[in-house]
Amino acid sequence: MLIQILGTGCPKCQKLEENARQAATELNLDFQIEKVKDLQQIMAFGVMITPALVVDGVVKVAGKIPGLEDIKKMLAK
Amino acid sequence: MSESKSSGCACGGSVSLLLPCSGAADTGEIADRAARKFAAGNCAGMFCLAGIGANISGFIASAKGADRLLVVDGCNLDCARKTLAEKGITENIIHVRVTDLGIVKGKSPATAERVDAVVAELGKKLTASLK
Repeated sequence: MLIQILGTGCPKCQKLEENARQAATELNLDFQIEKVKDLQQIMAFGVMITPALVVDGVVKVAGKIPGLEDIKKMLAK
Repeated sequence: MSESKSSGCACGGSVSLLLPCSGAADTGEIADRAARKFAAGNCAGMFCLAGIGANISGFIASAKGADRLLVVDGCNLDCARKTLAEKGITENIIHVRVTDLGIVKGKSPATAERVDAVVAELGKKLTASLK
């Protein structure tokens, strides 16, 4: 599973990455996390608000940091 | 309105997005031009309603993540607002309808005066939402 964190590296982006990593680890998923900081690449997803969480190419959330349980649900789908 | 800003990082404050219907009628054109003029004032960022209709996940997630959605419909068909509702986006919406301002669909070329009337209404409603 490819988990991408879209954002320029602000504290919220870092928190989202932390939560996503923890959620994926607790679910025992085979995953890799990639940070996308380039604005052109971010906009190519149609994302206008960061941070955003992308799972296997699908943007799950933008502009918010979901809790651990919510992220687990997003990763499980 | 300085606390609001155009799209960007959610760390930087509130995010307001503009979604005009941009319909084919004169009132749709007024909606589009008014939204673009309002966006130029840097109180909100233009956003792609078509991307939401096309079911592109990034657009839908961004709309759901915004603090405010300034939705501008040209007429009472409310295509923009209904497009959002189709995707479950019904909250944090500030709705402006061009025909509610006495502008008659099909009889109102997109003059600067009419565009400015819609811009003023957007400003009034956004300001009210910030109080």
